[in-house]
Amino acid sequence: MHRTKIRVAEDALDANETIARANRQDFDRAGVAVVNLMSSPGAGKTTLLERTLGDLGGIRAGVLEGDVQGSVDADRIAALHIPVTQLNTDPGFGGECHLDANMVRSALPQLSLDEIDLLVIENVGNLVCPAEFKVGEDARAMIASVAEGEDKPLKYPLMFRTCELVVINKTDLLPHVDFDLPRFRENLELVHPGADVIELSARTGEGTDAWREWLAAIPERARAMA
Amino acid sequence: MHELSISSAIVNTAERHAARRQVTAVDVRVGSLRQVVPDSLAFYFEIVARDTLCEGARLELERVAALLRCADCGREWDPAPPPLATHEPLGPDGVVPPVPSFACPDCGTPGEVLAGDELEVESIEVEDAPAGAPAS
Repeated sequence: MHRTKIRVAEDALDANETIARANRQDFDRAGVAVVNLMSSPGAGKTTLLERTLGDLGGIRAGVLEGDVQGSVDADRIAALHIPVTQLNTDPGFGGECHLDANMVRSALPQLSLDEIDLLVIENVGNLVCPAEFKVGEDARAMIASVAEGEDKPLKYPLMFRTCELVVINKTDLLPHVDFDLPRFRENLELVHPGADVIELSARTGEGTDAWREWLAAIPERARAMA
Repeated sequence: MHELSISSAIVNTAERHAARRQVTAVDVRVGSLRQVVPDSLAFYFEIVARDTLCEGARLELERVAALLRCADCGREWDPAPPPLATHEPLGPDGVVPPVPSFACPDCGTPGEVLAGDELEVESIEVEDAPAGAPAS
């Protein structure tokens, strides 16, 4: 049997990018700006959203909760009367460790886009996989907590490179842990020169104003770029 | 384990270009800035390819070294050199492993990625007759 070599020269994730663009168009049409929020498990994504989403100076926020299983996080957000939709990667998506554009697309019909100006997609907790998949977001932000260690930007460079904002959470723990904050910022500067950084404690609320301002500014920026 | 999703994406891309012919090899270029584990990709590819035109196909992975260029001074460098092949102790008294840097080593300007972000199905090899057709 003869064999033929066929040139393809196509990015393997082109299909994901195409769906991500379709999501983005749907969000734009609905006038909703989207932030893809990522971190390792337990860095404080949900706690930060609980503390800040209800008070964004008139910006109405909603949440798409990505988890492998369960609705623990979505229940916490719903208790604050913030529109929230749970997206589990376990049924139908093979228990994936990240959200991709297609999973977000499948959740679109459940999102009340006409009730919100800003959608925060809380990705599955993981510093590796979510960084590879666009979901249709306007901005990417991540949280690194001081309980995790200052070496993380060097170990997960793709995640730190791909996010325009790095939130350093749990600063209230600084007196109790060995986290070297200046070294963390040096390491971040190596992998993502010029990245925006906000230091805060979602638990005490210290520093969260800067995060609120960053988040509240995303819809206007997205409109200007659409 | 996003290598599972990426394997599916590779199989889908190859099938789309195979025009119903049996795929015998898939060449993929993987940039070293992607966090993709080659062994893991090969493992999932074999599973995902079952019952598709890619069943039994060889997955050939070519690692593409990273290259950044300083927008300011034009210097080019590899921000993520491969891990040291050494069994010497690491640390202050031993070998100091290279630290990745996306800022220009000379002037500190953020680098622009010239190579290293690839995840590209470069080519596929197919049998000339459609899969299932009698051999000529």
